[in-house]
Amino acid sequence: MASLKDLKNRISSVKSTQKITKAMQMVAAAKLRRAQDAAQAARPYAERMEQVLAGLSKAYEGRAGAPTLLAGTGKDDVHLLVVATGERGLAGGFNSSIARLARDHAQRLLGQGKTVKILTVGRKGNDILKRSFKDNIVEYITLRDVKQIGYANAAEIGRKVLEMYGAGEFDVATLFFSSFRSVISQVPTALQLIPAKLGGGEGEPAAAAPVVDYEYEPSEEAILESLLPTNISVQVFRALLENNASFYGAQMTAMDNATRNAGEMITKLQLSYNRQRQAQITKELIEIISGAEAL
Amino acid sequence: MAEGIKLEIVSPEKLVLSEDVRSVTVPGAEGYFTVLGDHAPMMSTLRPGFVTIVGLDGRSDHFYVRSGFADVSNAGITILAEAASSLADFDRAGIVAELEKARADLAGIEDHEQRNFVQDVINGLSNLMVEAENLNQSHVH
Repeated sequence: MASLKDLKNRISSVKSTQKITKAMQMVAAAKLRRAQDAAQAARPYAERMEQVLAGLSKAYEGRAGAPTLLAGTGKDDVHLLVVATGERGLAGGFNSSIARLARDHAQRLLGQGKTVKILTVGRKGNDILKRSFKDNIVEYITLRDVKQIGYANAAEIGRKVLEMYGAGEFDVATLFFSSFRSVISQVPTALQLIPAKLGGGEGEPAAAAPVVDYEYEPSEEAILESLLPTNISVQVFRALLENNASFYGAQMTAMDNATRNAGEMITKLQLSYNRQRQAQITKELIEIISGAEAL
Repeated sequence: MAEGIKLEIVSPEKLVLSEDVRSVTVPGAEGYFTVLGDHAPMMSTLRPGFVTIVGLDGRSDHFYVRSGFADVSNAGITILAEAASSLADFDRAGIVAELEKARADLAGIEDHEQRNFVQDVINGLSNLMVEAENLNQSHVH
């Protein structure tokens, strides 16, 4: 049984932990709002981009000579997994759930005899994946020093992916990130970047829109060719922003839980502290009384 | 004829501008073009340059855009640019630095195609500087 002094120390240490988790929760909540706004603000661009690309790429349906970013290389032997995670931990299962999705995917591909290359964005995911796929990681990008994720960061990652694609280093690229549903729900998601999957899911309304005869300047093909690489960066950018919002959402929830747990723990410790204190008082009283009676 | 045209300038980070205007002049890949209300649907890629907007009240405004495209449809004109900012936020020093860097790059490149590409970039950037200069002057008046 711990002594009274030990219990007192425990209580004060748990209390200061609680203070920290509470502060972290509030900071995460404030940052979440900003991250959410940023994710929201980026949406119109990505959506328009998708609509336009879906429209343009329809022209290529079932036709040869489509740009390889759209049609792929015709093989699927080498897969590139772009895994975007957070830079920091203390966010519940945020980083590990993305990494797990990527790991399962990689293992399945390896089981099929494909080659897997991994590009990690974010320190945490890199740390986790390094354990099982040390030799598969080809590139590690950290956004640690980046305060506010800008399009330039995403463009850089996009450029790297395109460079590798141009050099024929992979056939299929998939992006892993956590998409932000709500503060309590973040869904790890895999999105195929190359060959581009357009109009998946929400593409239907775009397809239903009346087909207008556009004039293109320069040609349709040239526009498509210049937009496809941009699209990669845009998708990466969107993923980073979603990730960011998800991270703070997850952190907020995790810290909320931690604060509550600390509260419970304090109640329990306080209870046993009080009991012990009372027991000691009773014991001392008995000693005094029995001492007096003995006289 | 419609009174004006709905203009949206969107950068990856945010919606830069959304309003009804009288006319929009866009730096298309094959030259500047002006869009008024009821324009036929068209799509054009952009080169770095300045979008000139004439508002419904006749006042003009300039926006700097960089690599993207303009989509003119019945709903209005949407400019999707990788970078877009108002003229006031135009980062002159940044462009100058980029220009310097591109010039330095050019000196080190042997490959003919790449040289052409970098030269194009340099030309584009220099044009940009001149245009920015002109716009600034016209604003002083």
